[in-house]
Amino acid sequence: MLSRHLARRIASRSTPRVVRLSHSLPDFQLNSVNEQDVEHFSKILPKTSILSTLAPISTESSELEPYNTDWMNKYHGKSNTVMRPRTTQEVSEIVKWCHERRIGVVPQGGNTGLVGGGVPVRDEVVLNLGSMNKIRSFDPVSGILVADAGCILESLSEYLAPQNHIMPLDLGAKGSCHIGGNVATNAGGLRLLRYGSLHGSVLGLEVVLPDGTILDQLSVLRKDNTGYDLKQLFIGSEGTLGIITGVSILTAPAPNSSNNVILALPSFDNVKPLFKEAKRQLSEIMSAFEFIDRTAYDLAVKHGQGRALNEGDVEGAECFVLVETSGGNREHDEAKLNGLLESLLEADQPLINTGVLSQSPAQFSQLWAIREGITEAVSKEGKAYKYDISIPLGSFKEVVDTTREHLRSKGVLHDGAVKHVIGYGHVGDGNLHLNIVAEAYTQEIEDALEPFVYELVAKYKGSVSAEHGIGLMKTHALHYSKNATSIDLMRRIKSLFDPHGIMNPGKVLP
Amino acid sequence: MRPTASRLLNILVPVKRTIDYAVKIRVNPDQKGVDLNVKHSMNPFDEIAVEEAVRLREKLKDAVKSIKVVTVGPPKAAETLRTALAMGADSGIHVEIPDSAPAPEPLGVAKALRAVIEKESGGVDLVILGKQAIDDDQGQTGQMLAGLLDWPQATFASKVVVDAGKKEANVTREIDGGLQEVKAKLPLIITTDLRCVSLRSLSVQWLILNSLHHSLNEPRYASLPNIMKAKKKPIQKLTPADLGIDLTPRIETIKVSEPAKRVGGGKVESVDELIAKLKEAGITAVKA
Repeated sequence: MLSRHLARRIASRSTPRVVRLSHSLPDFQLNSVNEQDVEHFSKILPKTSILSTLAPISTESSELEPYNTDWMNKYHGKSNTVMRPRTTQEVSEIVKWCHERRIGVVPQGGNTGLVGGGVPVRDEVVLNLGSMNKIRSFDPVSGILVADAGCILESLSEYLAPQNHIMPLDLGAKGSCHIGGNVATNAGGLRLLRYGSLHGSVLGLEVVLPDGTILDQLSVLRKDNTGYDLKQLFIGSEGTLGIITGVSILTAPAPNSSNNVILALPSFDNVKPLFKEAKRQLSEIMSAFEFIDRTAYDLAVKHGQGRALNEGDVEGAECFVLVETSGGNREHDEAKLNGLLESLLEADQPLINTGVLSQSPAQFSQLWAIREGITEAVSKEGKAYKYDISIPLGSFKEVVDTTREHLRSKGVLHDGAVKHVIGYGHVGDGNLHLNIVAEAYTQEIEDALEPFVYELVAKYKGSVSAEHGIGLMKTHALHYSKNATSIDLMRRIKSLFDPHGIMNPGKVLP
Repeated sequence: MRPTASRLLNILVPVKRTIDYAVKIRVNPDQKGVDLNVKHSMNPFDEIAVEEAVRLREKLKDAVKSIKVVTVGPPKAAETLRTALAMGADSGIHVEIPDSAPAPEPLGVAKALRAVIEKESGGVDLVILGKQAIDDDQGQTGQMLAGLLDWPQATFASKVVVDAGKKEANVTREIDGGLQEVKAKLPLIITTDLRCVSLRSLSVQWLILNSLHHSLNEPRYASLPNIMKAKKKPIQKLTPADLGIDLTPRIETIKVSEPAKRVGGGKVESVDELIAKLKEAGITAVKA
């Protein structure tokens, strides 16, 4: 899950981490932007849509800073030119020029990524899609929405609300992230359990290819079995194959009734049977099943995220689970949820200690805020090494504990180094967020963590990146989850689409 | 009616089921009311009143004999009673009116409450209720009830200290620009404001920052075991006729309308365009 908008303002600017670029950048000879290029760009775009330190625009370099830096303040590019095109045509003309001139291009959405995929590595041009923010069409019968790539996820949700539809995805960064960026990174988030991944809900895309050609596949068809499904390649390609400029997406009918409950569990071992039981009893109305370990909960509460449970209710809890239901009929949903809760409490060997059922929309949000606020709490607590991994549900705790013990054995688990090792995430999707919260980013901690964590994940045949993507941060770890044949095929696809290697260079492929 | 010195306290908390405060209100096309087919929950001021009653018991222990919640409303208002029971009240009274009935007015509700109090065999020593309901914002029920019963009232309470032995209460009231402390003998009517007891030590700034979400005393979450227990607690059903009262409204709603829609701002490319827009809007430069 991506992080909250607010956290971006809080992320400390004090101790930037030194990013090693040693893991082999591609050897393409890319050119820097010069004044003639800027001259040409200003024929394509109005000057107000270009930021460049070069003449004739001559912007202060500080104004380019937000585009050159990721929100965690971990990655710093040196781009001298940022463009904010308003139409697909403008994107196409810019990219065509960059293709001919062999200038690197970084497509950028809301810049809320966690793996450095949306900021330049060197001095590539940044194409920020934020000015392409129009909704193109919405069909209230089919629920199909067609929108510009730069539309902010939350704005789309607000647009759909009066039409009784919701976006098939939701995540903490909704106030900043763009739908184009969501698709390019195949964002997961909080609704995946119910509505599936973007590989299913995206029906079509409009993409500007690395030579400037516009690929129009903005289909509004639910079914279309005519040859290779090219759009799938762009979903999760992180801007390395082209720039997504328009998205056609299937939205879901808004549920009439939502409920949530936080359950306090005496032991992690109970999570799995609880998940089975919740699935069996709630069936189609279960829309989230989120796991929070005790340390993560305590951190969220310490930093004022949501409203803490009553003291007595958290006593003796090793971890917590947030279950959400959403459905079409309140009485039906509540009867199911109450049935589940009653059976849980009255069982001979209860899986839960106790729990809290929200009694109003306000409490519903307060309970969610605990879960969604963990990312922000972590950034307030210290510097976080974030691992977003897919592993079998049963091994969530084992992975967190093993990592903690490993750090202890390396002598970095103490005040002043690693303060907390926490786990939380989407149980329903087998996705664990393993966060190591440290006093500061240091080489010693990084060496203790990597490749240790990746090897641990590989041992469980898991994925080193469940939903955050590869970006710049994890190119060196790709091989833990993809074999040589797969990576080789990826390279061949990349060079087919982008023979000059101008598209988001240095990202995804090692 | 006045309790004898030896008797323990009986607390009555009237609550109302209202549209949840987080729901966006939509006016019906006939402009006579609002869309009620939305999420409802307990009036937040009443939630604070329930929490205050439960905290009084936590503080006074056995000196509080009972906490009873009462509501006047349609069948679904029973859910609001269950929520209050899950928070710690002992039993409920539901003065039920049909779904089709118009919303009762404060005087009708106050008369119903008086009738309920007079029927209570053990008597009532303290009535704690929200200072207003967030749906009609009338803010009169507590005062009218005090008038009908000829009891003292302490309105807009931000702190309540009850001396069970002396049968009196000290109540701090929120008044314009400050606080006022009053003392009254029981039985007493208290209406609750947005702040209370537990927050006194915190800074003013904190209160301003949090006054929306962390109200008066932060009503507790209903825990699952308590929700289950609440299902078994008794709720007595009554009709207005049982109480010998008439809830027919005396006031007719003529028109309900939404506030004017806020028009979004626009961006201009240059100073000239800005000046042109300002002139268009009828704004002219001040003559020197």
